[in-house]
Amino acid sequence: MLDLTGLVTMPAQTWGSVRLVPLVRPEPIVDLRLHARVYGDELSMALLPDRTVYTAYVPHAFVASWTGDGTPAAAYGTQLGEPLRHVPIRTHRRLVQREAKNRLRILPLHLALEGYLALHYDLPGIAWEEWTRAAVAGGLSPRVEAAYSGAHVRGLDDALRVFEFHAGQCGLLLYVGDTLASAFVTPHPEDYRALHPTLIRDLYGELIYEYALHYPVRDFRAAIDDSRVDTLADLRREAERQGEEWAAFHDSVMAGGLRAPNVRDVYRLGRFTLQRFLPVFDRFAENHIGEMITDDQGRTAYLKTFRLSQAQVRRGYLLSRLAENQWSLPDTAAALGVTTGELRARMDRAGFGHLLRPESRVGGHIRT
Amino acid sequence: MDTYADLIECEDVLLFANAAITATGQREFHGGAGEQRLSLDFLHRYVHGNYPGLYAATLALDVNDHNAALIIATVLRERSAADGRLIARRLARMSPARVYRLFRQLQRDGVNNRRTRAIVRDWLLARPDLAFDAVKYRSAVKAAVRHAHLTPPGELGDFLFAPRRRARFQTPVLEAWRRAHYDKNALYELPYTVAEGFAARHGISRAVFLERIAPRLTRLERLRLTGAARGSGVETGADLAALPLVRAASYVLSLPVDERRQHVAALRAGARRVAGARTGTWGSVTAVLDDSFSSYGSPVKRRRPLAVALACHYLLEALASRYTGLWLSGRAEPVAARPAGATPLGLRVLDALETRPDRLVIVSDGWDNAPPGLAAEVLRVWRRKLDPAGEVRVAHLNPVYDADRFDVRRLSPLVPTAGIRDAEDLPALVELARFAEGRTGLGELRAYLEERACSI
Repeated sequence: MLDLTGLVTMPAQTWGSVRLVPLVRPEPIVDLRLHARVYGDELSMALLPDRTVYTAYVPHAFVASWTGDGTPAAAYGTQLGEPLRHVPIRTHRRLVQREAKNRLRILPLHLALEGYLALHYDLPGIAWEEWTRAAVAGGLSPRVEAAYSGAHVRGLDDALRVFEFHAGQCGLLLYVGDTLASAFVTPHPEDYRALHPTLIRDLYGELIYEYALHYPVRDFRAAIDDSRVDTLADLRREAERQGEEWAAFHDSVMAGGLRAPNVRDVYRLGRFTLQRFLPVFDRFAENHIGEMITDDQGRTAYLKTFRLSQAQVRRGYLLSRLAENQWSLPDTAAALGVTTGELRARMDRAGFGHLLRPESRVGGHIRT
Repeated sequence: MDTYADLIECEDVLLFANAAITATGQREFHGGAGEQRLSLDFLHRYVHGNYPGLYAATLALDVNDHNAALIIATVLRERSAADGRLIARRLARMSPARVYRLFRQLQRDGVNNRRTRAIVRDWLLARPDLAFDAVKYRSAVKAAVRHAHLTPPGELGDFLFAPRRRARFQTPVLEAWRRAHYDKNALYELPYTVAEGFAARHGISRAVFLERIAPRLTRLERLRLTGAARGSGVETGADLAALPLVRAASYVLSLPVDERRQHVAALRAGARRVAGARTGTWGSVTAVLDDSFSSYGSPVKRRRPLAVALACHYLLEALASRYTGLWLSGRAEPVAARPAGATPLGLRVLDALETRPDRLVIVSDGWDNAPPGLAAEVLRVWRRKLDPAGEVRVAHLNPVYDADRFDVRRLSPLVPTAGIRDAEDLPALVELARFAEGRTGLGELRAYLEERACSI
């Protein structure tokens, strides 16, 4: 379970099949803030009233002019400090002109997602002969994962538009059809306000897309037992209890699926650590993949998750088993209890066929 | 004894009244313009089809101009029974631009029965200065005159249909219009909207133009141009206190917070003017006012629900002998209100009940979401358990039409809800709300409508 200490769940707001649960931070984290250039204004660092030094972070796939010549580029992976890893993007000239100058945008492309999977599995460490040269040299990227933009998830745009922020809100749990689609946490309310509109351009798995077409979710209705009320003070007590009950209901029942078992530290800066996590790829549970920044006590300062679809879980499962066996096909096949041929067929079905050399060429002969 | 059908009729008419007071067919916070128009159109057809007599009689209520025009258009198109004098009186209260738009629509729909022509004729003849209208709304007047088969008096016919036939006009405003084509000084005798076009044609600078046209501005033009004119160093001299309260509140809310404070006195004065003889007669009043994010409205009705709440705040302050205004955000200074945050109505209603008021007025769009439905529960338990005699009179005023429900959104079935558009109608609406409580029947409602029809 992720450590969400310092974040308080507030009552959810529902709209159709979308349920938005705000997370409020009574005491915002002030020493980790969005990179100043994200606001399109390098001077914003000086705007901090007490001039405290803070660590900057850049969300994954965030587009800004990271390069020296001012062309737009997307951050590749969430990063602490200066975003050194970035991918240049080529935009249609007219599109660029239409963008407001200081508008925050997150890459609305599949890059965000394919990046995620590729970030977690770099390259086969040993150049087994079954793998193609491209796979050994370039890792699994680029691989396209199918996902839907938030704009295609029915009702999500309206839900995000009519959502009423809470004072001090630093995060949001987004449910579609009462399934956790995405969790999003920022260190400071201002960062959250800046990034809230970008949720619509995020990617969501096909599962989420389909759930959104289903029935609207049932909204919580407050219910006060009038036999326990005799005075106005009683009524207030009961009313406050309703608010607490709802938030508590959510904490215990609904966020249960959000676990991060395979956490990997990526980068450490100051007292903050950037981590990526993978699910266990259990086909019968919710599987979330994501990035987070935690402080020195392990509390979550920044979090962004993506719910994998079943097909993606199957692919992730294959990759994780391959990684466990040092990317050796025979070993993995043995571990899975199948023949190498069956494993090849599975990989082919999962869309990894292009990474493997044709079978006839494997086997120690024909080396040109 | 009312029959079941009577009760339904009473309910339908109140539902329609609420819709006709609030809905404008524009985009709202939760619904698009298309939904709003579709929903409103259905409601008009439904009420007109089932209760043709009462349908036209709702013109006597404070239905907004958009719906009044829709009702009149429907009545004239369907030739259903309606009091012609009531229609005439309602038209006289509408802005001329809107009436001309209605006439245009009648023309487009091919509605040209004898009553329609008579109504157009009477309205045009009752205009204080038709020549002025002919200049300001030239094409609209032309269309109306043509559609109603009228012969305009004197040189007006020539002005509208053959302006080059005459070398000069006797009527001053028509003559000014003729001269403004070549004489820069003549255009300042024309209405602002017409003069603006001539000024552009003559290449007159904006500052000079605003300076000289200032005396000719209407009330709303003064208000609208205040900011722009100040940039050119011209004071339009808008009088906030004389404007409708919500309009003034909207204007004040559009300013930066620091500048808003200097207008508080004007808002208070406006509220006292509206309260008139009723000042201080309402006893102790507590209001719960919604400044959650949804009170932003939409880009076309910017901050409208918030402005209604602000206007109600000042009006209730004037009406009450002891007044407490509670904003959802907990803000103490009403003019500094900004639409942000969730809607914890339930707890705020509790705060209000603790002040033990004679009346509790809730101004909100009814989207109680933190947690959902708590306000309804608090009000239910309060009414059922703690105050069964109804000592505290609770009314909910809602400025937003909910297209899905064909009504304004209610907080609780035990609390009457009325739609509100202009704060000036607040006392009448609180009166209307008593019909929604189900204690008074259809007979009283009909009597009330007739009484209102006579009084306007």
